[in-house]
Amino acid sequence: MVERLTRMLPALLLAGFLGMAAAQEAKPLAEDPMLEAKVMAIAEELRCLVCQNETIAASHADLAVDLRKQIRQKLQQGQTQAQILDFMVQRYGDFVLYRPPVKSSTWLLWGGPFLLLAVAVAALVLNIRRRRTLAAAPLKADEAERVRRLLAEEKSSS
Amino acid sequence: MKRYLIPLIVFVVLVGFLAVGLNLKPREVPSPLIDKPAPAFSLARLDAPEQKLGLEDLKGKVWLLNVWASWCVACRQEHPVLVDLARQNVVPIYGLNYKDKRDDALAWLGRYGNPYIASLSDSEGLVGIDYGVYGVPETFVVDKTGTIRLKHIGPVTPEALRDTILPLVRKLNG
Repeated sequence: MVERLTRMLPALLLAGFLGMAAAQEAKPLAEDPMLEAKVMAIAEELRCLVCQNETIAASHADLAVDLRKQIRQKLQQGQTQAQILDFMVQRYGDFVLYRPPVKSSTWLLWGGPFLLLAVAVAALVLNIRRRRTLAAAPLKADEAERVRRLLAEEKSSS
Repeated sequence: MKRYLIPLIVFVVLVGFLAVGLNLKPREVPSPLIDKPAPAFSLARLDAPEQKLGLEDLKGKVWLLNVWASWCVACRQEHPVLVDLARQNVVPIYGLNYKDKRDDALAWLGRYGNPYIASLSDSEGLVGIDYGVYGVPETFVVDKTGTIRLKHIGPVTPEALRDTILPLVRKLNG
């Protein structure tokens, strides 16, 4: 009996954890699933400032919960996504946007990868050209002499 | 020798980037509200909920807005600094009691001292959102016209007071 119980223990524990997870997740959503989907779509665009690598949609931070509430209210008031994102930027700055706008302070962010690509391509082209000129350069007199000698040695040894 | 030059340059540039990166404080997000009018509010006073205090009441003087809460651990760290500052009487400090319970907040002030001319109850955290508060404690310096001049994120330290906040207050008053 005891053995059977211990064998079942992992399953029991798992069942317990699943129950807990479900209990946590079962918070009632807003009555309107369409609205909730919209709230989440906008929240996905916003960075949570408390835990900076999470979106407001994913974060459990208090502030993220509050901001989701704000988004919901503003949507109910008939505001557009652009208006809501603008509301957030006015308060928290461009940092809240997961897609930062292109402007003078972010051109390096947007252009940097292309700049690196250009440098890499330039290096590659230079390298290829240099190799080509190396291959095409004619042998100097002493080099030609050495080649002849080596070839002659090989012939005599075979 | 020349062969090693380019990798060396690349390495030095990389180290430079990393050194700058290590010295940045990603927790301190620059506020877009600097040099902008402080967002309007009208909130109940913590000590006298029937009285409201608004931004308009504070025009004409340089003041500090300190966002605090009784549940905030770092607030306790900065609190003696604020109490000390209040004693010096150089700048009025107003508190924004952020997402707190009134009883807890009053008990907290009773225990650690009250440096605030008045604290405002922002129990829903809505004024906090207007001010872009994301980590308590935060402190704003507001000038005579009601314009935000500085945002200090995290506990106010004696160094921060001495090196940035008080010089700015003196300049704005002068």
